[in-house]
Amino acid sequence: MAYRHFEFIEKHAWALGILTAIMVSLGGLAEITPLFMRAHQVKPPANVKPYDPLRLAGKDVYVSEGCYLCHSQMIRALRFEIQRYGHYSTAEESVYDRPFQWGSKRTGPDLARVGGKYSDDWQRMHLMDPRSVVPQSNMPSYHWLADEKLDPKDIQTRMRVLRSLGDPYSDADIAAAPAAVEGKTKMDALIAYLQGLGIRNEPQSSSAGAAPATDGGAP
Amino acid sequence: MNSTTEYYNDHVVRLFLLASAVWGIVGMLIGMYAAAELTWPGLNLGIPWMTFSRIRPDHTFGVIFAFGGSALMGTCYYVVQRTGHARLAFGKLAEFTFWGWQLACVLAMATMPFGITQSKEYAEPEWFVDILIAIVWVSFGVVFFASLARRRIRHIYVANWYYGAFIIAVGLLHIVNNLAVPVSLTKSYPIYSGVVDAMVQWWYGHNAVAFFLTAGFLGMMYYFVPRQAQQPLWSYRFSIVNFWALISVYMWAGSHHLMYTALPDWVQSVGMAFSLVLLMPSWGSAANGLFTFNGAWHRAMKDPAAKFMIIALVFYAAATFEGSMMAIKSVNSLSHYTDWTIAHVHSGSLGWVAMITIGSLYAMAPRALGRPAMHSHKGMELHFWLHVSGTLLYVVAMWAAGVTEGMMWRATQPDGSLTYSFLDSLVAIRPDYFFRWFGGVLIWLGMWVMAWNLWYTASDARKHIIKPIPVPIPEPEPKQTPAPLPAI
Repeated sequence: MAYRHFEFIEKHAWALGILTAIMVSLGGLAEITPLFMRAHQVKPPANVKPYDPLRLAGKDVYVSEGCYLCHSQMIRALRFEIQRYGHYSTAEESVYDRPFQWGSKRTGPDLARVGGKYSDDWQRMHLMDPRSVVPQSNMPSYHWLADEKLDPKDIQTRMRVLRSLGDPYSDADIAAAPAAVEGKTKMDALIAYLQGLGIRNEPQSSSAGAAPATDGGAP
Repeated sequence: MNSTTEYYNDHVVRLFLLASAVWGIVGMLIGMYAAAELTWPGLNLGIPWMTFSRIRPDHTFGVIFAFGGSALMGTCYYVVQRTGHARLAFGKLAEFTFWGWQLACVLAMATMPFGITQSKEYAEPEWFVDILIAIVWVSFGVVFFASLARRRIRHIYVANWYYGAFIIAVGLLHIVNNLAVPVSLTKSYPIYSGVVDAMVQWWYGHNAVAFFLTAGFLGMMYYFVPRQAQQPLWSYRFSIVNFWALISVYMWAGSHHLMYTALPDWVQSVGMAFSLVLLMPSWGSAANGLFTFNGAWHRAMKDPAAKFMIIALVFYAAATFEGSMMAIKSVNSLSHYTDWTIAHVHSGSLGWVAMITIGSLYAMAPRALGRPAMHSHKGMELHFWLHVSGTLLYVVAMWAAGVTEGMMWRATQPDGSLTYSFLDSLVAIRPDYFFRWFGGVLIWLGMWVMAWNLWYTASDARKHIIKPIPVPIPEPEPKQTPAPLPAI
């Protein structure tokens, strides 16, 4: 029977290699291509803007410190998650996240809508010494962030690269960026980023227009 | 022995063997320290690069790619030569894959703790390391397939199929997932964002497990298990059916990491369905390996390498069953984001991957090092019991922690309000974190026992007095394609 044809594969490395390559490609093609083709259709709601310079710098601090290893940013569509963290997360909310920060493990709580839940001062104390505000926490301290200044030149390069990838930054946005981060520390940037998470981008539902309790203040 | 005799290239195999023993100790030391930091958070001593979030990628990269990768490449070079009765092709390039891989591992692990990371799980190294990895990987593929082309046995033994699929798929995954635009030497932005990035990342992440930690190690299993049982594979046909099923089904299952998220529902459901189907080839492979010991179970009594392999296959069956169950949406709603995931990945990596590797190293090392047996039989026994008890302690602690978290996060009062704060769940699992750390210590001590044993087994190799092993040249078959190589 067909074994003779199969024997051909078993005796020819090139045939085995090509068939293997085809078989391993199918899954990705079927699952990723449709998302990729439709990615441009996932339009951010009018109130989801690309990160302003300080928050962008803060997001990059979040990324480089590896916060995603203990904190997710993805409220699943489950009742107890919504009760604990707020409206479930939607695809539109993370269109500007490169890389996405949904996480895979919660040693600490989800942060998708943490913005405005605590004051800037609380966030600062918590990052300097988590156990000063949450005695039972096992989060490490990130005190060094307060000593490291942001590089105003670097932020422009970052915004230009993001623009080349499709994020709608204007020339004016980029020109104004150095001033926005001048003299700020990584700590300031990270707090601005955290305070902006989930703010003003909850999907508009029946309760459209309902303002969040606090808006986290200006960065 | 005349000058025309062809010898196996075991030099590069020995280098990888040494590297994998060293990386095993380094990678597990970092894991142990990271686990200790979750129990005693002051342990980072206020030093940025010693902080949990900075060293955790070093642990995963160190054990998966440095320890596992070195073991896979070393055994792959060993197996492709033995099963094809031909010397490795491109000896210089093979040597380059060794040094290139070690450089990539050192670069990755020296940059990530300093915040130079893409923060894509299991793909953290920045773009310049990714390029080096891609170059080494393509070279590895060239050496492997060229060696396969030089084989003197027409039929390609099944272990090579798995190694081949591992090389092709990991190359594909690595390149697609790491497409990024550099901002500077130390920072890049991925070309994907949000939900597409999530899907690409978990297509990569899941299949790094599938092809790095499964297909590659199955290749190892299919060679060393029959070798150690000293009888043929239980069913050769079954191994081939499982091969095609495994490599085609695995690639669809990545979306089970994104259940109930903003990923479109249909992708989640497809991922769940394929994850359930995946149980069949997984159990098929485990059964095939275990049944190969039929009639030779007594060997497990006196051969620690066989013992490692048997328990590895049991853990493989257990972990793949668990994985398929965790991919069911309702189970996943409980297990996801908890330490259950950590339990699952470690029953797979410590139980299956590490044990099949250790078993194979104990089987291969004496042959590659020109000795009749490992230096110490008792040492291997001790390593076995340290590893098994450490793994069980680790996994059971993390199961307990994961289920506790999952139950506490969803618990509600009769009036519908949540019963526990997030902090309550952390306080409840702190003792489990301690036991997990202690399990890790036992495993790490076992790795030292292995290193000590390998060091003394390698005494002849260190004195450069071992003789290269000649390739047994088989009788040429009539009308063989490709034509058999002449003896050089």
